[in-house]
Amino acid sequence: MLETFAALAEPNRFRIVELLRSGPRAVNDIGERLRLTQPQVSKHLRVLKESGLVDVEPRAQQRVYELRAQPLRQLHQWLERYRQLWDARFEELDELIDELTRKEKLDDRKKRK
Amino acid sequence: MIARNESEAARRNQTSMELVGDREIVISRTFNGPARVVFDAWTRPELVKRWWAPESRRVAMASCDAEVRVGGTYRYVLRLNAGKEFAFSGKYLEVTPPARLVYTEIFEPTAAGTNPDDDGVIVTVTFEERDGKTHLVSHSLCPSKEVRDTIIASGMEHGMRETMDQLDELVASLA
Repeated sequence: MLETFAALAEPNRFRIVELLRSGPRAVNDIGERLRLTQPQVSKHLRVLKESGLVDVEPRAQQRVYELRAQPLRQLHQWLERYRQLWDARFEELDELIDELTRKEKLDDRKKRK
Repeated sequence: MIARNESEAARRNQTSMELVGDREIVISRTFNGPARVVFDAWTRPELVKRWWAPESRRVAMASCDAEVRVGGTYRYVLRLNAGKEFAFSGKYLEVTPPARLVYTEIFEPTAAGTNPDDDGVIVTVTFEERDGKTHLVSHSLCPSKEVRDTIIASGMEHGMRETMDQLDELVASLA
């Protein structure tokens, strides 16, 4: 998961992933669209491939890169789990705050009497 | 009972989480109570005990101590079902009730052998009251991107790559 995150943290790699969402593309196509040189694109694609975010498939004379959904899904779940921990805490905190707020109002009324 | 649950879910405030830059985690939430109540619930040990280890996550609070003043320290200990304990501790850098709180946060299994100058994560919590409700923003600034990502990976506040094995059991209980 850390590899997925590290791979996506580089802005140009993130742009490549965004571009591949619309479908598989060849290396030169990616370079042209994102205005990156072929060595740059190849370097980024290598990192993305190592992290499992893309797959490569030779097609005629070209190497075509395709996005893999699985690591992205895992990344989402990974973030979601952390959010859910806080959500669970906050649900209990809601109850406590309700209770304390009600108690405070009650105490105020008693004081006024 | 079901109807009650549904209406509770409908009125429940949403928790939002955002990763900012490489080293920050921002969590925000609105609570249906005044800021002084939320601030108390966030800081007073006898109240923290009631929410910090959510029952649904099968962890319990073994102990909870805090001296909430600038320079004061806190230590929260979690106990897993299996009996294993994990502690979070730190020091208060700024205490401005009921509006703002700044403290360091260290996950103790990782503290040994780390740089003594390293204060761990710096957490800034702001409480903004409007119409009797409080909007809370908790902002964690991590010493590095790696720490930030590992915190999230572990589903816990803190943790470092070296202790991932130790964390496994904890994570399993929180997942």
